[in-house]
Amino acid sequence: MNQQPPPNSFRQGPDARGRFGNFGGRFVAETLMPLILEVEAAYEASKTDQAFQDEWRRLLTHYVGRPSPLWFAERLTTHLRKDAAPGMGAKVYFKRDELNHTGAHKINAVLGQILLAKKMGKTRIIAETGAGQHGVATATACALMDLPCVVYMGATDVERQQPNVFRMKLLGAEVVPVTSGAATLKDAMNEGLRDWVANVRDTYYCIGTVAGPHPYPAMVRDFQSVIGIEAKAQMQEAEGRLPDVLVAAVGGGSNAMGLFYPFLDDADVAMVGVEAAGRGLDSGEHAAALSRGRPGVLHGNRTYLLQDGDGQITEAHSISAGLDYPGVGPEHSWLHELGRVTYSGVTDDEALAAFQLCSKLEGIIPALEPAHALAEVMKMAPKMPAEKIILMNLCGRGDKDIFTVAKHLGENI
Amino acid sequence: MSRIATKFAALKAQGRGALIPFLEAFDPDRETAMAILRGMPAAGADLIEIGVPFTDPMADGPTVQKAGQRGLKAGATMAGTLGMVRDFREGDAETPVILMGYFNPILSYGVARFCAEAAEAGVDGLIVVDVPPEEADEIAPDATANGLDLIRLIAPTTGEDRLPKVLSATTGFVYYVAITGVTGTRSASTDDLAAAIPRIRKYTDLPIAIGFGVRTPQQAGEASRIADGAVVASALIEGLVASLDAEGRATAATVPAVLDRVRELAEAVRKG
Ligand SMILES: Cc1ncc(COP(=O)(O)O)c(C=O)c1O
Repeated sequence: MNQQPPPNSFRQGPDARGRFGNFGGRFVAETLMPLILEVEAAYEASKTDQAFQDEWRRLLTHYVGRPSPLWFAERLTTHLRKDAAPGMGAKVYFKRDELNHTGAHKINAVLGQILLAKKMGKTRIIAETGAGQHGVATATACALMDLPCVVYMGATDVERQQPNVFRMKLLGAEVVPVTSGAATLKDAMNEGLRDWVANVRDTYYCIGTVAGPHPYPAMVRDFQSVIGIEAKAQMQEAEGRLPDVLVAAVGGGSNAMGLFYPFLDDADVAMVGVEAAGRGLDSGEHAAALSRGRPGVLHGNRTYLLQDGDGQITEAHSISAGLDYPGVGPEHSWLHELGRVTYSGVTDDEALAAFQLCSKLEGIIPALEPAHALAEVMKMAPKMPAEKIILMNLCGRGDKDIFTVAKHLGENI
Repeated sequence: MSRIATKFAALKAQGRGALIPFLEAFDPDRETAMAILRGMPAAGADLIEIGVPFTDPMADGPTVQKAGQRGLKAGATMAGTLGMVRDFREGDAETPVILMGYFNPILSYGVARFCAEAAEAGVDGLIVVDVPPEEADEIAPDATANGLDLIRLIAPTTGEDRLPKVLSATTGFVYYVAITGVTGTRSASTDDLAAAIPRIRKYTDLPIAIGFGVRTPQQAGEASRIADGAVVASALIEGLVASLDAEGRATAATVPAVLDRVRELAEAVRKG
């Protein structure tokens, strides 16, 4: 698929139409179009608005707890070397965004977006959520900034992410279960867009990943890039050089873009995005849009999608609610076709095993989403020389997942 | 002149606006939908809008969403929807048919192939909800090359600055989305409509149809007088749904349930 010549820079997108190559764009109904243009103008202005930037930084430092640490996972590294050939077994580092307030990377982009909404004079916030992490982050920011918040969540996800549903309620948000379709993240996003169409004048739609119509994929990426920018400096300090491989889980792709983007033009840094392979890439029950989908248009952008031969969107499956989405951010589709980032798949069972291993070896209970990234790290580290360095985005903690995992392990808690 | 332009010109000469009823393809099954489609002109439909089922219709409320789901369950495909139009054209050469849907099924079918086959089947115009003027080059060249009108949506949020841009890319007629919202939820007030339509007329000579929230014969009559046509969807689908049996299958009452409503609407539009 590598027919296009590589661009001079992988960090030049999107173009004025919001396209990354052929992906992205603004495929929305006319009712939303003027508002999307308004968000774009406000976002562009915020980039050079020092007061805006200072306030976002202040919140990241004192409210979120950034910078998040870079952690050398020594016990995991040692463990993975045990079965490796002599001299093999790369060093594994975690970028610990699970330590952020609210427990995941989502809060980075949420605070940026809610500040933007305030600047735009919006008085009501809506969001979609899958695992509930983005919903919790949005509810948190709305509590802090005194804004009413409505979160759309698939009824299936409400069921499997109960702790986060209760958290959102405690934070003062209204959680609306969505029953259409498979009642997961895709359907929650449809409902978010429908609410926005009906309440355009006073409402800001806080999208939780690098998807949706332009400018969302670029805006969420830019806010999340704080992850990669910090990691680059921290890695220089720890090792005096850049890592050899970056690994991150890809649902919509925001934690992955946040880590990858600042490194895209560092040619020696390889990157792997890990999609949810569910019950197996060839089982028909997975969420691997890049590995098994084809380009189409959904939720305002052109990107790789799981769809049938007639262009109907098919349901994704993953044990992880945060990865259970039939699409992927358009910039990932572009990086996939250019070959700059490699995308692989990790099954439910592999993620469950990684979840447990990380808990026991590192004393860190990861979310099921980064457990997918970790499972990929467990496969690749033993095949790499010991002096190589893998940096993985540990983008969320597993508190929200303990009930799901207990159920899969046959435990009653 | 295209079928759409001919129809609006004829209605203008009669001094009335158009009734544009909507049905979802294959809802609740192909045969029933086909009977409704065939019966619509005699019941008073001036133009007909056919919804192309899509799994993720982001501008539609629950009523049209469920119609699409029933259609898909009944086996609706793009080829199947075009087949319905082809069959309809065997008995009706005059009533304009507009397909309304979302971009992905068209993209998946192949934009050029879709436009060619739609025109060949007897489709006159397209409303592609999620292709705004900013993305028009995705479909406009193929639509134009095949003589299909690209009917654009104007919303209450479309400001004066945007109107010329949207309208310059529109052919056939203009579809005014009367509310900020999805289908089947709220209705606009007569006052709002009376203010909105002249705003659009400043920039176009094309006929204007009002849709979203037009439910009753009275509303259809008013909308067709304020503008040049009224689109009615959810109210007709609700009539269809009420006629289905417990398993969601069509009954003997289904076709009349829809066509009787079309008749009532048509009467109100013709009262002038
Ligand atoms: C911890 C965590 N990681 C990853 C994701 C997936 O989203 P993204 O791919 O945008 O990072 C989620 C989504 O809910 C999440 O909660």
